[in-house]
Amino acid sequence: MLPHAEMVHWAFASGILFVGLCLLCEAIVGQEVWRMRPWRKYLWPGVAFSMGVLLWPVMAFFTNSSIHMYAHGSWAEVLMLAGGAELGLVHGRLKSPLWRLTWPIAFAVTGLAFIVHEQNPWFFARSAFLHHLLGWTFLLGAIVPLALVWRPRSAALQACMAFTIVAVAVMLFTDRDVAPVFGHLSPLAGPEHR
Amino acid sequence: METPLVRRIPADAAARKPRARVVALIGPAIVAGGMIWGILEPYRLTILHPRGEGFWWLVLEPPLLVALSGVIFALVVARPLLADLEAHDAAAR
Repeated sequence: MLPHAEMVHWAFASGILFVGLCLLCEAIVGQEVWRMRPWRKYLWPGVAFSMGVLLWPVMAFFTNSSIHMYAHGSWAEVLMLAGGAELGLVHGRLKSPLWRLTWPIAFAVTGLAFIVHEQNPWFFARSAFLHHLLGWTFLLGAIVPLALVWRPRSAALQACMAFTIVAVAVMLFTDRDVAPVFGHLSPLAGPEHR
Repeated sequence: METPLVRRIPADAAARKPRARVVALIGPAIVAGGMIWGILEPYRLTILHPRGEGFWWLVLEPPLLVALSGVIFALVVARPLLADLEAHDAAAR
């Protein structure tokens, strides 16, 4: 009765896409307008934190090896930490802007976990390719939230952050359990899904 | 007799329009993206051939998820945000 792993990826991609779009809007209209309604300032940090919580059942039910469990567990931890810190910052409970360092840390940990837990080469199958691509996107993309710690009001950096997250969502939407990538599919990967 | 048509738009109102337009377009653009994906890869839409499909295959269909994200974003986020953007700009004038 459990959904396939690819379906879980698509569901998370929807949430990540929503967060990316919220960030993009915040970058366009500015923080002042974005926070005019009290609920809106909690929106994307709340969704991010909730996705961190939801990653725990994913870790429990969808991991088939220790390294997969560590990877999914670490994503759950860093996403809850970053989302929670952002919630604390927008609510005013947390004062230090250094709490925003949780985002580059989350990106770096996520990127490393993606790269480390994928044991196949880039063109083994689509999922392997996406693991490498997502890993490097997160690792290199960590520069953006790191820069935002010191330039939190920069619309350009906020837009970069939003587009990075939307790109991650697109990559997750293209994921399949077994599918070729640019025509490559290792015979060891098993029968192709439709 | 006076025409009700506005013939001159204040400069600041014209300047804020691009921001409002972009915000208003994001949701429909995402919905359109999902629909185009569904047209290009109809086999990803199990709702078009539901016979024999399991529960999750019918619930989680990527092009529909993209379109749904766009719809929720447009209704929940973009619409009130546009009202706030207009109110903010009106207050600033």
